[in-house]
Amino acid sequence: MTDTNYHRTDALTDADVRGAMEPTGPEDHVERDLDPAFHELTPLQPSSEPYTEQQLAQLNADSDAIIARYPVKRSALLPMLHLVQSIDGYVTGRGVTFCAEKLDLTDADVAGVATFYTQYKRHPNGEYTVGVCTNTLCAIMGGDLIFDAVSEHLGIGHDETTEDGKVTLERVECNAACDYAPVVMANWEFVDNQTPESAIRLVDDLRAGKEVKPTRGPNRVCTFKQVSRTLAGFPDGLADEGVGAGGPSLEGLKLAKEKGWHAPGSAGEVSEQDQAQASGAGANPQPGEEFSSADSDGSVPPAKEAE
Amino acid sequence: MATTLTPILTKFWDAPQSWTIDTYVDNEGYQALDKALAMKPEDLVAMTKDSGLRGRGGAGFPTGMKWSFLPPPDGGPRYLVVNADESEPGTCKDIPLMMAAPHFLIEGVAITSYAIGCHHAFIYLRGETVHVYRRLLRAVEEAYAAGHLGKNIHGSGFDLEVTVHAGAGAYICGEETALLDSLEGRRGQPRLKPPFPAVAGLYARPTVVNNVESIASVPPIVLHGQEWFGDMGTEKSKGFGIFSLSGHVTRPGQYEAPLGITLRELLDMAGGIRGGHRLKFWTPGGSSTPIFTDQHLDVPLDFESVAAAGSMLGTRALQIFDETVSVVRAVSRWIEFYAHESCGKCTPCREGTFWLKQIMVRLEHGKGTQEDIDKLVDICDNILGRSFCALGDGATSPVTSAVQYFREEFETGMHTPWWEAFPPERSVLFDASTAKETASV
Repeated sequence: MTDTNYHRTDALTDADVRGAMEPTGPEDHVERDLDPAFHELTPLQPSSEPYTEQQLAQLNADSDAIIARYPVKRSALLPMLHLVQSIDGYVTGRGVTFCAEKLDLTDADVAGVATFYTQYKRHPNGEYTVGVCTNTLCAIMGGDLIFDAVSEHLGIGHDETTEDGKVTLERVECNAACDYAPVVMANWEFVDNQTPESAIRLVDDLRAGKEVKPTRGPNRVCTFKQVSRTLAGFPDGLADEGVGAGGPSLEGLKLAKEKGWHAPGSAGEVSEQDQAQASGAGANPQPGEEFSSADSDGSVPPAKEAE
Repeated sequence: MATTLTPILTKFWDAPQSWTIDTYVDNEGYQALDKALAMKPEDLVAMTKDSGLRGRGGAGFPTGMKWSFLPPPDGGPRYLVVNADESEPGTCKDIPLMMAAPHFLIEGVAITSYAIGCHHAFIYLRGETVHVYRRLLRAVEEAYAAGHLGKNIHGSGFDLEVTVHAGAGAYICGEETALLDSLEGRRGQPRLKPPFPAVAGLYARPTVVNNVESIASVPPIVLHGQEWFGDMGTEKSKGFGIFSLSGHVTRPGQYEAPLGITLRELLDMAGGIRGGHRLKFWTPGGSSTPIFTDQHLDVPLDFESVAAAGSMLGTRALQIFDETVSVVRAVSRWIEFYAHESCGKCTPCREGTFWLKQIMVRLEHGKGTQEDIDKLVDICDNILGRSFCALGDGATSPVTSAVQYFREEFETGMHTPWWEAFPPERSVLFDASTAKETASV
């Protein structure tokens, strides 16, 4: 096995290593340039084709709804950029101009914001973003091997899209699911405890148009555009689908139940007033003793009595 | 006496449809709001102060004190902004909390807003967890419908509007002033302090920014009293917290326990280090907290004890690595993260993380030079305390602590690539199911 298997080969070329060794010549930076269409620092793509009247009407109505959520309208910019992606599949020049006009900003203001955040795409995104966590913990638990396997299988690198336009592969940073490592995100839904084989199956299924069910998420992974609309703050009705918690989230609770551990006082609580009343009634709950509200008649807080 | 777990926020995560308002109400939900609305706002602030609750987002600043820093009302708006941008590497408590039981947060938002005189609160959620966003939007909708949010809440005359806002992918937005800039529709870059958000925060108005778990802990405190809360934890680190174990541990997951529990106790609960292996190094509170080793198994995980041992409690994000893992590899990847996420506003962080990355790459490839270790430490010296915000400080933690405990691995990086010294196949979890046996630690 060569060392390249364990490295972010596209982010870390031989030129980088040489650059690191002899950080002097500008020629090192020339060598770093990748295909400009896919480089992560590619500027936003201009677009000459205007929105249709229907698209514009919808954009205006949705943007007004977003703006109404905030006391100051500029706050609507991030959700509006998600909204642009829900129509265009990435942040287009026309989307930037639309946001700028709507919020009384310059195109440069909007472009400056759009290029700051990694979820805003600078070139057409695939129908599904597949993000492999390669931050330290997931990388070591297998994320690096997963990324390399999927990358080789699809023939694309970081922030590149398959020719059929289905899958954009990304390395993602820690996505707050470390207890499920290694983690893969499919359009920002959790696909937990992955292996190279399961991740390859995932991208194959997505490309084949099969329904893919995330581990913790709705019954199926939505498209990039659909998810972008949700992120603009428009509910898609899927909140009640999927689990509340996966296995690792429940490990502590499960153990506590097995062992009979609970927080002091447990269910019904022992406010000072309750304790005074309980003492008056000659029933002194011991610290740590089960003390349910059902047992504490007469010690219900006044606010609750009002119900 | 051995510490035991105290499921409070995690108590009903296993209920079917745990995220719904019905489940929450079945578990004392929204009783604390009633109680709070019958109290004076200043008494709620005092109660939170007296409870000893300290910020659960990493810094550990006393929550009630933060509230009390708001200037007296001047008739203009005051804001509560919940920091739900959980993205510190290793940290994975707020996301499952909001997915499984979002109403803890919503009720906490209502109570806190009442306490500080806020009528429009914001929850800034990172954009990369769309199902959590769905759950929060739904929870807010349910709370409005039930009269826990909106106009004249519970007949008290108190009005509150809540907006759940999705970010768009930037670690720096977890820094409270960068978060405010982002929420204002700008690039997420930190602000110079002072003025602090309490004085000039969102839209330059008095603002409280609190972590999800801090705010979610408010309803249980209000309902059960500050003494109840203070009975858990230690003298100066009171109460409970969610401890997140990840990595080379038999049963990774969320363990809610009093502050002051030790890693030895937690590992015991989690089935130990994965079978046949032993603990090498770990983070007590995410990658921005200096690493610990097996010498630190008995350090009580509270703010003071962890600090006295040379690290920080942070977010109780316990990333566990066994002896198969190269420290140089781990640190290098973290540094790559900080360099990627540095917002570029201040020079020490922007340039410092860039150069740390160059040197770490050399060391990974076994091409380090004799001067590299000193240079790493020197660069860290020039970042720490000289950056605009804590991101730069955080970037130095893994480097300086790793050099302190594992200097020889950096020396190895002068001639041997890490993957020769630590074949990475040995670290992956794919075969973990066949190795369940508990190792003693």
